[in-house]
Amino acid sequence: MNLYEKSAAELSRMVRAKEVSATEITKDALARIEAVDLKVDAFLTVEAEKALDRAAWVDEQVAAGKDLGPLAGVPVAVKDNICTKGTKTTCASKMLGNFIPPYNATVVDKLLAAGAVIPGKVNLDEFAMGGSCENSAFKATKNPWDLTRVPGGSSGGSAAAVAACEVPLALGSDTGGSIRCPAGLCGIVGLKPTYGAVSRFGLVAFASSLDQIGPMARTVDDAALLFRVICGQDTAHDATSKPFNFAGMGPDIRGVRVGLPKEYFGTGVSEEVKAGVLKAVDDLKALGAQVIEISLPSTRYALSAYYIISSAEASSNLARYDGVKYGYSGRRDGSLNDLYLSTRSEGFGREVKRRIMLGTYVLSSGYYDAYYKRAKMLQRAIAAEFDEAFSQCDVIATPTSPSTAFKLGEKVNDPLAMYATDICTTTANIAGLPGISVPCGFDSQGLPIGLQLLGPKWSEARLLTVAKCYETAKGGFAVKEM
Amino acid sequence: MSKLSEKYEVIVGLEIHAELCTETKIFCGCKNEFGAEVNTLCCPVCMGMPGTLPVLNRQVVDYAIKMGHALGCRINRISKMDRKNYFYPDLPKAYQISQFDIPLCEHGSLDILMNGQVKRVGITRIHIEEDAGKLIHDDAFEGSLVDYNRCGVPLIEIVSEPDLRSAEEAKVYMETITGILLYLGISDAKMQEGCVRADVNVSVRPRGQKEFGTRTEMKNVNSFGAVYRAIQYEANRQMEVLEAGGSIEQETRRWDDAKGVNIVLRTKEDAQDYRYFPEPDLLTFEVSEERVQQLKAEVPELPVAKALRYVQQFGLNQDDAQLLASSKARSAFFDASVALNKCDKKAISNWMIGDIAKILNERRIEITDTALTPEKLTDMIVLIEQGTISNTAAKTVLDEIIVHDVTPADVVKEKGLAQVSDESALAAIADQVLAANTKAVADYKGGKTNVLGFLVGQCMKASKGQGNPAKLRELLSSKIAQL
Repeated sequence: MNLYEKSAAELSRMVRAKEVSATEITKDALARIEAVDLKVDAFLTVEAEKALDRAAWVDEQVAAGKDLGPLAGVPVAVKDNICTKGTKTTCASKMLGNFIPPYNATVVDKLLAAGAVIPGKVNLDEFAMGGSCENSAFKATKNPWDLTRVPGGSSGGSAAAVAACEVPLALGSDTGGSIRCPAGLCGIVGLKPTYGAVSRFGLVAFASSLDQIGPMARTVDDAALLFRVICGQDTAHDATSKPFNFAGMGPDIRGVRVGLPKEYFGTGVSEEVKAGVLKAVDDLKALGAQVIEISLPSTRYALSAYYIISSAEASSNLARYDGVKYGYSGRRDGSLNDLYLSTRSEGFGREVKRRIMLGTYVLSSGYYDAYYKRAKMLQRAIAAEFDEAFSQCDVIATPTSPSTAFKLGEKVNDPLAMYATDICTTTANIAGLPGISVPCGFDSQGLPIGLQLLGPKWSEARLLTVAKCYETAKGGFAVKEM
Repeated sequence: MSKLSEKYEVIVGLEIHAELCTETKIFCGCKNEFGAEVNTLCCPVCMGMPGTLPVLNRQVVDYAIKMGHALGCRINRISKMDRKNYFYPDLPKAYQISQFDIPLCEHGSLDILMNGQVKRVGITRIHIEEDAGKLIHDDAFEGSLVDYNRCGVPLIEIVSEPDLRSAEEAKVYMETITGILLYLGISDAKMQEGCVRADVNVSVRPRGQKEFGTRTEMKNVNSFGAVYRAIQYEANRQMEVLEAGGSIEQETRRWDDAKGVNIVLRTKEDAQDYRYFPEPDLLTFEVSEERVQQLKAEVPELPVAKALRYVQQFGLNQDDAQLLASSKARSAFFDASVALNKCDKKAISNWMIGDIAKILNERRIEITDTALTPEKLTDMIVLIEQGTISNTAAKTVLDEIIVHDVTPADVVKEKGLAQVSDESALAAIADQVLAANTKAVADYKGGKTNVLGFLVGQCMKASKGQGNPAKLRELLSSKIAQL
C-alpha cells in the first residue's frame, strides 16, 4: 500500500514508532498532490516549503523523544474559509483573494498542537455558499470518481482531496450540509458535529448560528481521530462553544434504534439513492439494530427556513467586506458610496450577492416578521420534532443527498435546483444536531451514495459507532485509481 | 421669545451614551484606555477581521446593572445582544453589537433637583453596546483616516422618558447622570474626551395640549452647555415654525455648537433601516439573582440623596449641599471630616466650598490630589473655634497644610500665628492705628459706626493677622469713646 493511501491513524503510529518520517510522508503527499491535483483541482494554495519545514520540526520532536499528538506527521488539508496565520485564506472569493490572516483559527492551532502538517488550503464554493464547489472564484473542483462531475459543496475541495488520496484528512465546514453532501458525493466520511462542539473562532462566518467545522476522512476511525483533536470548548474565543468530552466509540450497535423518516425518501430523491440507503438500513438491521418508522413532518419547511436564516446572517456577516481595511478594494477616487458599491459589486460572485440581497430583504423593516421571525419559529418547531423523534429512536437514517454527483455546469444556472441538493442536510444545522455521512455503495454509474445518520445533540460517539460498525461490515473505503 | 415660551411647552428626552471604564473592551482583551497612539489598542476581534468572534466582558454587564440600580430600574436577568447593521468606515464589522428588544435595565427613574425641588424623570431603558472607531481628517492626506482604538469600548445608553420640560432641566439631568456615573466609578465621564454624549429629542406643544408635537433629534451633543444651547435653539426654531403656520418634520438635525445653529442631517424618508436581529455569535446571557443583589449592595449613597441629607442633617444651604455632594471625592472628604465629630459641620462645608474649592479650581486638581486630610482640616477649625488662631491666620495655615505634610499646630507654631489676646499688646496696636487714622475716628464719632470694621482690619494688618479681632473691636470702641 502506498503511503498516501494509508489512514491517518496508521501514519501517526508509524511516525511515532519511527517507521517512517514526517518528512517522507509530507514529500509523498506533495508528490501525490502534484500528480493528481491538476485533474481534481482541490487545492487553492499548496505550501510545499512550509509543510516540509513543519515536517522536519515534527521529525526533530520525535527524534528528541517528545510525545507528539495523535496527528504526528499527518497531512491535513484545511478548507480555505478557515484562517491560517501567514497563509492566504481566500474563501474562494475575489474579495479575500489577497487576504493573509495574522491569526490561526482555534482548530488550526489544535491541529498543529497535535503534530499535524498542513500542506495547503482547499477549494470551496465562495464563502461556503453552494452545493457543487462551482461557485469558487478561482476554479471548479472535480469529483475524483468522475472528473466531469462536481464533488459537491461547499467543502468540495476537502472531500475531493481526501477521496483522491491527496491527504488522509481534511477540515470542512457545514452550514447546511457542506461537509456531509460532498463527503457523500465523493464516497468518504464527513461529520458535522453538534453546534458548539468545535470552536468557530477563525472560521470565516457564513451563518454564525449554523456554521460548524468538522472532520472529513476516508475511514470512520480517522474522522473520529480528527474530531477528537478539534472538539472542545473555547471560552476565550467563541461564546457559542460548549464543553464536550468525546467519549469514543462503542463496540457494536446491538439494540440501537434506527429511525427511518418517510419525509426524507419522498419525491426529489432518486430511486437509486433511495435503494442504496434502504439497503444500508437493512445492513444495520442485520448488525443488530432495530429499525423504526418515524415521521418528521416539518421537514418540508426546513429548506425555506434554512435559506432565510442563513441568508439573513450572511447579509450581516459579509457586510464587513467594504474595501476599507483588507481584501479587495474598489474605486478609491470617488465617494464613500462609490467605494462600497464598486468593492462589493466586483468582489463578490453572483451566488454570494444573491444571498446578501435575500438576507437583507428578509431582515428589512416590514418583512422581518413575515420571513425571519417565522423562519425562527419553524426552527424551534423542527428542533422540537427531532426531540420527539429521539424519544423513539437513537439515530435517524436518511440519504445524504437526493442524488449522486451531477455534471459540472448542470445546475449552475438554476439556483433553486442547486439549493434543493441540501434538502436532506439542512435540518441538522437548523436543529443544531450532529450528522455524519458514510459511503453506502454506488449507483449504476459507479458514483458513490451517502448514508446520513443524525443523532441528538452530543451523540457523536454513537453516530460514529454506528457508522464504524456499518463500514467494518461493508469493507471500508474503495480507492479510485486516478 | 418669552411670549412664545408662555404659549408653548418644551418637551425633551435624552439618550445619553457613556463610555464605561472597564479594564478591557467589551468583546476582546484589548485595553480600554483613552489617548493612546492611533491604532495601537486594537486586535483582529475589535477590528472585525474575518473569522473573529466576540466574547462578552462580564464587567460591562456588572457596571450597567449598577447604573440600573442607581436609576431604580428593573434588571432583566436574562438578556441578549443584537446586531444593528449599517455601513460606515469607523464601524469595522458594518454592524454594531447592541441591544434591541431586551435591554439589560428598564423602567427606572431619576430624581433631579431643580431650584431645591425634586423633579422625577422616567428612565425608559439602559442597554450595553460597543463604541465605533473615529475618523480622522488630516490635511496631509487626501481623504479620511480611521483610528480603531475606540472600537469595542463599552458604552451604556441611558434613554429617558420625554419628561424634561426645559433646556435647564435637560442640563441638570445630564449633570446628575454624569455625577452618578462618577460616584459608581463606572465611567470617567470626561466630556472633553467624548466619554459622555447625548442624543437630544426635542418637541414643543401649545400649553394645555395633551399630545406631543412632532420631535426632532440632534445626535452626539457632547457637553452640558451644548445640550442647553442646542435645546434652546431647537425649541425656539420649532415654536417659530409653528407660529408662522408651518409644521415640524420628523428629522435628524446636527447641532453646530460653535455657530450656535443646527442643520438638517436626514429626514424621516432617509431614515436608516438597521435590520436589527439577535447576535448569533453571543448566546442569551443570564445574571444570577444573587449577583444582581450583590451589585445593588455596592451602589453608594448618590449625590441627590446626599445633598438632601446634608441640608436636613447639618443645616447646610441647598446650593452648598449640592455643590459638595456633586463631587464624589469632595463629599467623601466632607463625610470623613464630619465623622470625626470635632467641630462645627457648617464650618467644614464653608471652608470646603470657599477657600479650599478656590485653591482646587485654581490648580485644577481634586481634593485627593492634595496633602489635606479630614484630620488636618478639622484640627484647623478646632484651633479657630478655640480662639488660638484667627480666620485670617487660618488661611495661611490652610495654604501650608494643603501642600505640605504638616499639621495645623506645626504651622501655627512655626509661623508664630497664634492669636494675640493679651490686652497690653493689643492696646498698643489699637493706639497706633487710632493715631494714624484720625479721619476714620472723626467719622465714627460723627455717627458712621461702620468704620469700626475698617479700624479692626487695620489692627489685624498691623498684628500680621494675629490679633484677636473680637478683643480688638472691644478695645477700639472703648478707646474711641474715651477720646
